[in-house]
Amino acid sequence: MPGEDTTALEIDREKGNFSYDIKYAYDAGTGLNEGVVDYICDVKGEDDWIRAFRKKALKIFEEKPMPTHWATKDLETINFDKIRYYLAQDKKPKRTWDEVPDDIKQTFERLGIPEQERKFLAGVEAQFDSEAAYSNIKEAVGKQGVIFMGSTEALMKHPEIFRKYFGKVIPTADNKFSALNSAVFSGGSFIYVPPGVKVSHPLQAYFRINAENFGQFERTLIIADEGAEVTYMEGCTAPKFNTSTLHSAVVELVALKGAKIEYITVQNWAANVFNLVTKRAWAEEGATVKWIDCNIGSRLTMKYPGVVLKGRGARGEVLSIALANDGQHQDTGAKMIHLAPDTTSNIISKSISVGEGRATYRGQVHIPKHLTGCKNNTECDALLINTNSRTDTYPAISVRGNKNFVQHEASVSKVSAEQIFYMMQRGLTEGEAMSLSVNGFVNDLTRQFPMEYSVELKRLIDLEMEGSVG
Amino acid sequence: MSTLEIKNLNVSIGDRPILKDFSLTIPKGEVHAIMGPNGTGKSTLAKALAGHPDYTVTSGEVWLDGKNVLETEADERSRAGLFMAFQYPSEIPGVTIANFIRAALQSRLAEGEELDATAYYKKLYQKMDLLKIDRKFTSRAVNEGFSGGEKKRCEILQMAMLEPGYAVLDETDSGLDIDALRIVADGVNSLRGPKLGVLLITHYQRLLNYIVPDVVHVMYDGRIVKSGPKELALELESKGYDWVKDLVPA
Repeated sequence: MPGEDTTALEIDREKGNFSYDIKYAYDAGTGLNEGVVDYICDVKGEDDWIRAFRKKALKIFEEKPMPTHWATKDLETINFDKIRYYLAQDKKPKRTWDEVPDDIKQTFERLGIPEQERKFLAGVEAQFDSEAAYSNIKEAVGKQGVIFMGSTEALMKHPEIFRKYFGKVIPTADNKFSALNSAVFSGGSFIYVPPGVKVSHPLQAYFRINAENFGQFERTLIIADEGAEVTYMEGCTAPKFNTSTLHSAVVELVALKGAKIEYITVQNWAANVFNLVTKRAWAEEGATVKWIDCNIGSRLTMKYPGVVLKGRGARGEVLSIALANDGQHQDTGAKMIHLAPDTTSNIISKSISVGEGRATYRGQVHIPKHLTGCKNNTECDALLINTNSRTDTYPAISVRGNKNFVQHEASVSKVSAEQIFYMMQRGLTEGEAMSLSVNGFVNDLTRQFPMEYSVELKRLIDLEMEGSVG
Repeated sequence: MSTLEIKNLNVSIGDRPILKDFSLTIPKGEVHAIMGPNGTGKSTLAKALAGHPDYTVTSGEVWLDGKNVLETEADERSRAGLFMAFQYPSEIPGVTIANFIRAALQSRLAEGEELDATAYYKKLYQKMDLLKIDRKFTSRAVNEGFSGGEKKRCEILQMAMLEPGYAVLDETDSGLDIDALRIVADGVNSLRGPKLGVLLITHYQRLLNYIVPDVVHVMYDGRIVKSGPKELALELESKGYDWVKDLVPA
């Protein structure tokens, strides 16, 4: 029964746990130095300003200490000298699945990407290690002027838009890992939606790590011009290797006046991945940015999606779910920086800790004194499955002035033995009962997700909980 | 062998023996009531039959249609046809009654088999009509913020949907006003039939005015001390429980 003992989970990652022996045409070798940065620039044929940007970032990365004064010491176990920073089979993504080399194509077929694309997506980008192997947008969407391509490609083809916003939402020196990403970034998505264009179906990117000892550093930049609307979904998996893998992305969103961006992540990293990601958005007047962030798997995830509410009436939202299984630490949260009057933000965070899993919520809400009419709502709920499961909450809410409104609620609950017995008396196995409890706990959030993703999330939770009982 | 047969069952909580050589046989199609003062082991009997891990069976047998179920987990006993209506059913936040019952029915199917959603809802609505339950009820989370009556109604609906061979109703009348009691009793009565054996655990006689048992057992100090026809309940009502103490074998 729950609460009595904890049994290490045999995590079923059947779907993502496989890798193929790929011959990489481009390999920057192991370890990080200026030579690696030059190699990446040369392979990609990048302009000098990017080379300079990368090299400056490398310096900042080297100078910045690990943030272990507030974050977990586990970060110190990352050995940056043992990681491979750039691996690619080809520099240019293919436009049809037929052109994608078989060994890479079979990976994405096993993950079901081409099928999803046919069913409900407006465009897909599939990244394999450092570069996109496939990138395509449905013709009708392309005709509306929507740009959707890999960052590498966008840098060449649309430098005027790219450069205007690149690194502006998240400066290189924001943190050690944003600096690392800025030095060696490769892949990721670039999206531009012209004024007034509403993209009716989601655009999706799939990030796949195939190689061992590898670091994936995608860089995503999404710009929704005035009155535009777009939904972007990302999925991530990696096989379970014996050594650690690093995933350190930077994602910048820009929602111009009246625009709407919804960014959905369902990650299912293997339990050896360090997932250290910086995600932030700008929301201008009347714009809305919504982050839906589901963190399952990884050894350590540190991720605090944020919205800088720059224009009057802007709205920011973070809905997040984290599931920390035995040996995992989900250190997640949200940041809401109110810089204009009448801006509202909403944070709902739900975490589940299983066995010795640890879930940490860190939130930052900032409303300065001179603003009026700002509102923030923060709710963080934690569910503990076993008695030795752990959860911590660090909400930092600074609200000044007396014409703003803030509300904060936090709860910690436990799946009780009585609840499990009740469900088992109805025929559910202990694992099924746990699963149902956890799905119920996140239900009011997942109801707000697009159907395809809430179904996928439920499946992942079921897999995680299935083995969670001894 | 369509019976629920309990033979010399001894059950402890921790080191404390609660049930002492408890024996009882309930054939399908009959309703047996167990009455007795508080603390005499009635709820322990229900929990032990259902397989609650806090209740240790030290000896004895429980045969469900000829199968010894004591070695099996609570979920297996449920799937084998044993249902228990809880005195205090747990809340399951975020899980609707409809989804909960669906999961319970799904658990009875072979692996890879999927419950037919249309047929399921058809059956659900049919049973809800039978039990006079409002359609909106099943979109509420299981027992969350329910009144006493709603909790009991939720239990009876689950029973109707799972169609068990045997149902143990643990103090189903506790905390109910007379209207709620009648609704629950009507529900149980509508499920009575040759395919269902019922063990009705109650402290008060009044429930038995609505669900008329075939046999009444009086329980005291962990065992049955007297059995008789439904009139026995009335005798208990008028005489109280004090006299049953004298029936305990030395």
